[in-house]
Amino acid sequence: MIISRKRFLQVTGVSLLVAAGEKLMGAFSGVVPSEAPAPALTARRWAMVVDLPKCYRKEGCIKCIEACHAAHNVPKFIDHALEVKWIWKDSFENVFPSQENHYLAATFKDKPALAFCNHCDNPPCVRVCPTQATWKREDGIVMMDWHRCIGCRYCMAACPYGSRSFNWTNPRSNIAKLDPDFPTRTKGVVEKCTFCEERLGKGKLPACVEACPEKAMAFGDLDDSHSQVRELLGSRYSIRRKPELGTQPEIFYLV
Amino acid sequence: MRDQGLIFVGLLVFLGLITFPVSYNLIAGKTSKPLELQLPAVEKQCVAPIDYMKTSHMKLLFQWRDDRVRRDIRTYAAYDGKSYAISFTGTCLTKCHTSKADFCDRCHNYMGIQTPNCTDCHIDPKLIQRSGE
Repeated sequence: MIISRKRFLQVTGVSLLVAAGEKLMGAFSGVVPSEAPAPALTARRWAMVVDLPKCYRKEGCIKCIEACHAAHNVPKFIDHALEVKWIWKDSFENVFPSQENHYLAATFKDKPALAFCNHCDNPPCVRVCPTQATWKREDGIVMMDWHRCIGCRYCMAACPYGSRSFNWTNPRSNIAKLDPDFPTRTKGVVEKCTFCEERLGKGKLPACVEACPEKAMAFGDLDDSHSQVRELLGSRYSIRRKPELGTQPEIFYLV
Repeated sequence: MRDQGLIFVGLLVFLGLITFPVSYNLIAGKTSKPLELQLPAVEKQCVAPIDYMKTSHMKLLFQWRDDRVRRDIRTYAAYDGKSYAISFTGTCLTKCHTSKADFCDRCHNYMGIQTPNCTDCHIDPKLIQRSGE
Protein backbone atom coordinates (compact mmCIF):
# COMPACT_ATOMS: atom_id res chain seq x y z
CA MET A 1 0.00 0.00 0.00
CA ILE A 2 1.32 3.39 -0.95
CA ILE A 3 0.17 6.48 0.98
CA SER A 4 0.73 9.98 -0.20
CA ARG A 5 2.67 12.43 1.92
CA LYS A 6 -0.51 14.43 2.48
CA ARG A 7 -2.43 11.38 3.70
CA PHE A 8 0.45 10.36 5.99
CA LEU A 9 0.55 13.80 7.59
CA GLN A 10 -3.24 13.77 8.05
CA VAL A 11 -3.20 10.38 9.79
CA THR A 12 -0.28 11.38 12.04
CA GLY A 13 -1.92 14.66 12.97
CA VAL A 14 -5.26 13.08 13.84
CA SER A 15 -3.58 10.32 15.89
CA LEU A 16 -1.62 12.88 17.88
CA LEU A 17 -4.77 14.93 18.52
CA VAL A 18 -6.63 11.84 19.74
CA ALA A 19 -3.75 10.88 22.05
CA ALA A 20 -3.53 14.41 23.44
CA GLY A 21 -7.30 14.49 23.96
CA GLU A 22 -7.17 11.25 25.91
CA LYS A 23 -4.45 12.60 28.19
CA LEU A 24 -6.48 15.76 28.75
CA MET A 25 -9.61 13.78 29.63
CA GLY A 26 -7.55 11.61 31.97
CA ALA A 27 -6.21 14.68 33.74
CA PHE A 28 -9.72 15.96 34.44
CA SER A 29 -11.67 12.82 35.22
CA GLY A 30 -9.03 10.21 35.99
CA VAL A 31 -7.75 8.81 39.22
CA VAL A 32 -6.29 11.43 41.48
CA PRO A 33 -3.90 9.88 43.98
CA SER A 34 -4.86 11.00 47.46
CA GLU A 35 -1.30 10.75 48.71
CA ALA A 36 1.36 11.39 46.10
CA PRO A 37 4.44 9.50 47.33
CA ALA A 38 7.86 11.07 46.94
CA PRO A 39 9.95 9.27 44.32
CA ALA A 40 11.84 6.42 45.93
CA LEU A 41 15.62 6.14 45.69
CA THR A 42 16.51 3.01 43.78
CA ALA A 43 19.71 1.23 42.89
CA ARG A 44 20.96 -2.04 41.49
CA ARG A 45 23.34 -2.50 44.40
CA TRP A 46 23.28 -0.26 47.44
CA ALA A 47 26.58 0.28 49.23
CA MET A 48 28.11 2.61 51.77
CA VAL A 49 31.52 4.21 52.00
CA VAL A 50 32.82 5.45 55.36
CA ASP A 51 35.66 7.94 55.25
CA LEU A 52 37.49 7.03 58.48
CA PRO A 53 39.84 10.07 58.70
CA LYS A 54 36.80 12.33 58.25
CA CYS A 55 34.89 10.32 60.86
CA TYR A 56 37.75 10.83 63.32
CA ARG A 57 37.69 14.61 63.00
CA LYS A 58 35.13 15.03 65.77
CA GLU A 59 36.26 12.93 68.68
CA GLY A 60 33.51 11.10 70.53
CA CYS A 61 30.85 12.04 67.98
CA ILE A 62 27.96 9.60 67.98
CA LYS A 63 25.48 11.66 65.92
CA CYS A 64 24.96 8.84 63.39
CA ILE A 65 24.30 6.27 66.11
CA GLU A 66 21.84 8.55 67.87
CA ALA A 67 20.00 9.41 64.66
CA CYS A 68 19.75 5.76 63.63
CA HIS A 69 18.65 4.49 67.01
CA ALA A 70 16.07 7.26 67.40
CA ALA A 71 14.63 6.69 63.92
CA HIS A 72 14.30 2.95 64.43
CA ASN A 73 13.18 2.79 68.05
CA VAL A 74 16.30 0.92 69.10
CA PRO A 75 16.21 0.33 72.86
CA LYS A 76 19.08 1.33 75.11
CA PHE A 77 19.99 -1.11 77.86
CA ILE A 78 22.51 -0.38 80.57
CA ASP A 79 23.18 -4.08 80.97
CA HIS A 80 25.68 -4.92 78.23
CA ALA A 81 24.32 -8.47 77.92
CA LEU A 82 20.97 -7.10 76.71
CA GLU A 83 22.50 -4.59 74.29
CA VAL A 84 20.68 -3.92 71.01
CA LYS A 85 22.62 -2.03 68.35
CA TRP A 86 22.29 -1.08 64.71
CA ILE A 87 25.42 1.08 64.50
CA TRP A 88 28.20 0.91 67.04
CA LYS A 89 31.80 1.85 67.59
CA ASP A 90 34.64 -0.53 68.39
CA SER A 91 38.41 -0.23 68.27
CA PHE A 92 40.06 -0.34 64.83
CA GLU A 93 41.79 -3.58 65.79
CA ASN A 94 38.48 -5.24 66.67
CA VAL A 95 36.59 -3.98 63.65
CA PHE A 96 39.39 -4.97 61.27
CA PRO A 97 41.12 -7.98 62.89
CA SER A 98 42.80 -8.87 59.61
CA GLN A 99 44.54 -5.48 59.63
CA GLU A 100 46.25 -6.41 62.90
CA ASN A 101 49.54 -4.55 63.00
CA HIS A 102 51.73 -3.56 65.96
CA TYR A 103 52.89 -0.48 64.11
CA LEU A 104 49.51 0.75 62.90
CA ALA A 105 49.54 4.45 61.99
CA ALA A 106 48.55 6.71 64.86
CA THR A 107 45.59 7.91 62.78
CA PHE A 108 43.92 4.57 63.32
CA LYS A 109 45.55 2.99 66.35
CA ASP A 110 43.14 2.74 69.31
CA LYS A 111 40.59 4.85 67.44
CA PRO A 112 37.01 3.60 67.39
CA ALA A 113 35.71 2.58 63.97
CA LEU A 114 32.04 2.53 63.03
CA ALA A 115 30.44 -0.84 62.45
CA PHE A 116 27.12 -1.70 60.82
CA CYS A 117 25.44 -4.61 59.14
CA ASN A 118 27.58 -5.07 56.03
CA HIS A 119 24.68 -6.05 53.77
CA CYS A 120 26.94 -8.73 52.34
CA ASP A 121 26.64 -9.83 48.77
CA ASN A 122 26.94 -13.38 50.03
CA PRO A 123 25.19 -13.11 53.40
CA PRO A 124 25.73 -16.10 55.70
CA CYS A 125 22.79 -15.02 57.91
CA VAL A 126 20.39 -15.47 55.00
CA ARG A 127 21.62 -18.99 54.31
CA VAL A 128 20.94 -20.20 57.83
CA CYS A 129 17.59 -18.53 58.52
CA PRO A 130 15.05 -21.36 58.74
CA THR A 131 11.99 -19.17 58.17
CA GLN A 132 13.26 -16.80 55.48
CA ALA A 133 12.75 -13.97 57.92
CA THR A 134 15.93 -12.47 56.53
CA TRP A 135 16.76 -12.35 52.85
CA LYS A 136 18.70 -10.38 50.28
CA ARG A 137 16.61 -7.99 48.24
CA GLU A 138 17.28 -7.40 44.56
CA ASP A 139 18.95 -4.10 45.38
CA GLY A 140 21.31 -5.91 47.76
CA ILE A 141 19.78 -4.85 51.07
CA VAL A 142 19.78 -7.70 53.56
CA MET A 143 16.26 -7.20 54.81
CA MET A 144 14.42 -8.55 57.84
CA ASP A 145 10.79 -9.51 58.29
CA TRP A 146 10.26 -9.27 62.03
CA HIS A 147 6.83 -10.87 61.64
CA ARG A 148 8.54 -14.07 60.61
CA CYS A 149 11.50 -14.14 62.98
CA ILE A 150 11.15 -16.98 65.48
CA GLY A 151 14.18 -15.92 67.52
CA CYS A 152 16.32 -19.01 66.88
CA ARG A 153 19.42 -16.78 66.58
CA TYR A 154 21.05 -18.92 63.88
CA CYS A 155 21.67 -15.68 61.97
CA MET A 156 23.50 -14.24 64.96
CA ALA A 157 25.75 -17.28 65.07
CA ALA A 158 26.34 -17.08 61.31
CA CYS A 159 27.11 -13.36 61.09
CA PRO A 160 30.89 -12.89 61.39
CA TYR A 161 30.49 -9.20 62.20
CA GLY A 162 28.22 -9.31 65.26
CA SER A 163 25.77 -7.11 63.42
CA ARG A 164 22.68 -8.71 64.82
CA SER A 165 21.12 -8.16 68.23
CA PHE A 166 18.56 -10.19 70.08
CA ASN A 167 15.72 -8.77 72.13
CA TRP A 168 16.08 -10.64 75.40
CA THR A 169 13.32 -8.60 77.03
CA ASN A 170 10.52 -6.33 75.85
CA PRO A 171 12.34 -3.35 74.31
CA ARG A 172 9.47 -0.83 74.66
CA SER A 173 10.27 0.24 78.20
CA ASN A 174 13.88 1.04 77.25
CA ILE A 175 13.14 3.35 74.34
CA ALA A 176 13.49 6.98 75.39
CA LYS A 177 11.14 8.39 72.76
CA LEU A 178 8.93 6.24 70.56
CA ASP A 179 8.85 7.21 66.88
CA PRO A 180 5.45 6.14 65.54
CA ASP A 181 6.76 6.04 61.96
CA PHE A 182 8.71 2.88 62.71
CA PRO A 183 7.63 -0.20 64.63
CA THR A 184 9.43 -1.40 67.71
CA ARG A 185 10.45 -5.01 67.95
CA THR A 186 9.25 -7.47 70.52
CA LYS A 187 10.85 -9.89 72.92
CA GLY A 188 12.38 -12.88 71.12
CA VAL A 189 13.16 -11.16 67.82
CA VAL A 190 16.52 -10.47 66.17
CA GLU A 191 17.17 -7.04 64.67
CA LYS A 192 19.81 -5.16 62.71
CA CYS A 193 20.42 -2.28 60.31
CA THR A 194 18.23 -2.34 57.20
CA PHE A 195 20.09 0.38 55.25
CA CYS A 196 17.05 2.58 56.06
CA GLU A 197 15.01 0.94 53.33
CA GLU A 198 11.93 2.73 54.71
CA ARG A 199 13.64 6.09 54.13
CA LEU A 200 14.93 5.14 50.67
CA GLY A 201 11.32 4.46 49.72
CA LYS A 202 10.46 8.02 50.65
CA GLY A 203 13.38 9.43 48.66
CA LYS A 204 15.60 10.05 51.69
CA LEU A 205 19.15 8.91 52.38
CA PRO A 206 19.84 6.70 55.43
CA ALA A 207 19.50 8.50 58.76
CA CYS A 208 23.18 8.04 59.68
CA VAL A 209 24.40 9.46 56.36
CA GLU A 210 22.15 12.47 56.80
CA ALA A 211 23.09 13.02 60.45
CA CYS A 212 26.89 12.94 60.05
CA PRO A 213 28.20 16.49 60.63
CA GLU A 214 31.43 15.71 58.76
CA LYS A 215 29.70 14.07 55.79
CA ALA A 216 31.97 11.11 56.38
CA MET A 217 29.50 8.62 54.92
CA ALA A 218 28.50 8.22 51.31
CA PHE A 219 25.65 6.04 50.16
CA GLY A 220 24.89 5.04 46.61
CA ASP A 221 24.71 2.56 43.80
CA LEU A 222 27.75 0.34 43.39
CA ASP A 223 26.61 -0.65 39.92
CA ASP A 224 26.62 2.94 38.69
CA SER A 225 30.17 3.93 37.74
CA HIS A 226 29.32 7.63 38.16
CA SER A 227 27.86 7.32 41.65
CA GLN A 228 29.55 9.02 44.59
CA VAL A 229 30.47 5.69 46.17
CA ARG A 230 32.15 4.44 43.02
CA GLU A 231 34.04 7.69 42.54
CA LEU A 232 35.32 7.52 46.12
CA LEU A 233 36.28 3.86 45.78
CA GLY A 234 38.02 4.57 42.50
CA SER A 235 40.08 7.42 43.88
CA ARG A 236 40.94 6.31 47.42
CA TYR A 237 42.25 3.11 48.98
CA SER A 238 39.50 1.22 50.79
CA ILE A 239 39.29 -1.75 53.14
CA ARG A 240 36.43 -3.99 54.19
CA ARG A 241 35.73 -6.01 57.31
CA LYS A 242 37.04 -9.60 57.16
CA PRO A 243 37.07 -9.81 53.35
CA GLU A 244 38.88 -13.16 53.58
CA LEU A 245 35.61 -14.83 54.61
CA GLY A 246 34.14 -14.31 51.16
CA THR A 247 30.96 -12.65 52.37
CA GLN A 248 31.59 -9.65 50.11
CA PRO A 249 30.67 -6.92 52.58
CA GLU A 250 29.21 -3.82 50.94
CA ILE A 251 30.39 -1.31 53.49
CA PHE A 252 33.73 0.13 52.46
CA TYR A 253 36.10 2.07 54.69
CA LEU A 254 38.42 4.70 53.23
CA VAL A 255 41.74 4.85 55.06
CA MET B 1 -48.11 -37.47 94.81
CA ARG B 2 -48.35 -36.03 98.28
CA ASP B 3 -45.14 -34.03 97.80
CA GLN B 4 -46.33 -32.48 94.53
CA GLY B 5 -46.07 -28.92 95.85
CA LEU B 6 -42.61 -29.48 97.25
CA ILE B 7 -41.38 -31.06 94.01
CA PHE B 8 -42.62 -28.22 91.81
CA VAL B 9 -41.22 -25.55 94.10
CA GLY B 10 -37.92 -27.42 94.13
CA LEU B 11 -37.92 -27.63 90.34
CA LEU B 12 -38.60 -23.90 90.08
CA VAL B 13 -35.74 -23.10 92.46
CA PHE B 14 -33.45 -25.43 90.48
CA LEU B 15 -34.40 -23.81 87.15
CA GLY B 16 -33.95 -20.39 88.66
CA LEU B 17 -30.49 -21.25 89.90
CA ILE B 18 -29.31 -22.91 86.70
CA THR B 19 -30.47 -20.03 84.50
CA PHE B 20 -29.15 -17.43 86.90
CA PRO B 21 -26.21 -16.29 84.72
CA VAL B 22 -28.53 -15.61 81.78
CA SER B 23 -31.24 -13.91 83.81
CA TYR B 24 -28.69 -11.88 85.74
CA ASN B 25 -27.18 -10.54 82.53
CA LEU B 26 -30.62 -9.83 81.10
CA ILE B 27 -31.61 -7.84 84.17
CA ALA B 28 -28.26 -6.05 84.27
CA GLY B 29 -28.74 -5.27 80.57
CA LYS B 30 -25.38 -6.69 79.59
CA THR B 31 -26.20 -9.24 76.89
CA SER B 32 -28.63 -7.13 74.96
CA LYS B 33 -26.24 -4.17 74.89
CA PRO B 34 -25.34 -3.48 71.25
CA LEU B 35 -21.72 -3.10 70.23
CA GLU B 36 -20.69 0.54 70.36
CA LEU B 37 -17.74 1.16 68.11
CA GLN B 38 -15.96 4.47 67.86
CA LEU B 39 -16.12 5.19 64.14
CA PRO B 40 -13.63 7.46 62.39
CA ALA B 41 -14.46 11.12 62.77
CA VAL B 42 -13.16 12.42 59.46
CA GLU B 43 -12.93 9.60 56.94
CA LYS B 44 -16.23 8.10 55.87
CA GLN B 45 -14.85 5.34 53.70
CA CYS B 46 -12.41 2.58 54.55
CA VAL B 47 -9.71 1.31 52.18
CA ALA B 48 -12.03 -1.55 51.24
CA PRO B 49 -15.86 -1.98 51.33
CA ILE B 50 -17.16 -2.18 54.91
CA ASP B 51 -18.60 -5.68 54.41
CA TYR B 52 -15.23 -6.95 53.25
CA MET B 53 -13.46 -5.27 56.15
CA LYS B 54 -15.89 -6.78 58.65
CA THR B 55 -15.11 -10.30 57.57
CA SER B 56 -11.61 -10.11 56.08
CA HIS B 57 -9.64 -7.20 57.56
CA MET B 58 -6.91 -9.58 58.68
CA LYS B 59 -6.51 -10.82 55.10
CA LEU B 60 -5.99 -7.24 54.00
CA LEU B 61 -3.56 -6.57 56.83
CA PHE B 62 -1.57 -9.69 55.97
CA GLN B 63 -1.47 -8.61 52.31
CA TRP B 64 -0.27 -5.16 53.41
CA ARG B 65 2.36 -6.72 55.63
CA ASP B 66 3.78 -8.91 52.86
CA ASP B 67 3.54 -6.17 50.23
CA ARG B 68 5.34 -3.66 52.36
CA VAL B 69 8.01 -5.85 53.94
CA ARG B 70 8.70 -8.54 51.39
CA ARG B 71 7.69 -7.03 48.04
CA ASP B 72 8.71 -3.40 48.67
CA ILE B 73 5.28 -2.13 47.61
CA ARG B 74 4.46 1.05 49.50
CA THR B 75 1.05 2.13 48.28
CA TYR B 76 -2.25 0.32 48.13
CA ALA B 77 -4.62 1.06 45.27
CA ALA B 78 -8.06 0.95 46.83
CA TYR B 79 -11.18 -0.26 45.05
CA ASP B 80 -12.50 3.30 44.73
CA GLY B 81 -9.44 4.55 42.87
CA LYS B 82 -7.74 6.23 45.80
CA SER B 83 -4.30 5.17 46.88
CA TYR B 84 -3.15 4.78 50.44
CA ALA B 85 0.26 4.47 52.07
CA ILE B 86 0.67 0.93 53.34
CA SER B 87 1.13 1.60 57.03
CA PHE B 88 -0.77 0.14 59.94
CA THR B 89 0.16 2.95 62.30
CA GLY B 90 0.30 5.72 59.70
CA THR B 91 -2.87 4.96 57.78
CA CYS B 92 -5.18 2.74 59.86
CA LEU B 93 -4.45 3.98 63.35
CA THR B 94 -3.55 7.61 62.67
CA LYS B 95 -6.02 8.60 59.98
CA CYS B 96 -9.10 6.62 61.01
CA HIS B 97 -9.18 4.33 64.00
CA THR B 98 -7.42 6.66 66.36
CA SER B 99 -8.29 4.58 69.35
CA LYS B 100 -7.33 0.93 69.14
CA ALA B 101 -9.00 0.32 72.50
CA ASP B 102 -12.33 1.74 71.33
CA PHE B 103 -12.32 0.09 67.93
CA CYS B 104 -10.20 -3.04 67.55
CA ASP B 105 -10.26 -4.22 71.15
CA ARG B 106 -13.91 -3.43 71.77
CA CYS B 107 -15.14 -5.45 68.82
CA HIS B 108 -12.74 -8.31 69.45
CA ASN B 109 -13.85 -8.47 73.08
CA TYR B 110 -17.50 -8.36 72.09
CA MET B 111 -17.03 -11.19 69.61
CA GLY B 112 -14.86 -13.16 72.01
CA ILE B 113 -11.93 -13.26 69.59
CA GLN B 114 -8.42 -12.69 70.84
CA THR B 115 -6.94 -9.42 69.55
CA PRO B 116 -3.80 -10.16 67.53
CA ASN B 117 -0.52 -8.77 68.80
CA CYS B 118 -0.09 -6.07 66.10
CA THR B 119 0.47 -3.27 68.58
CA ASP B 120 3.21 -5.13 70.44
CA CYS B 121 5.42 -3.66 67.73
CA HIS B 122 3.34 -1.24 65.65
CA ILE B 123 2.87 1.85 67.73
CA ASP B 124 -0.62 2.87 68.80
CA PRO B 125 -0.60 6.69 68.40
CA LYS B 126 -2.67 6.97 71.60
CA LEU B 127 0.30 5.56 73.47
CA ILE B 128 2.52 8.44 72.37
CA GLN B 129 -0.13 11.02 73.26
CA ARG B 130 -0.44 9.58 76.71
CA SER B 131 3.30 9.44 77.35
CA GLY B 132 3.70 12.94 75.92
CA GLU B 133 1.11 14.45 78.22
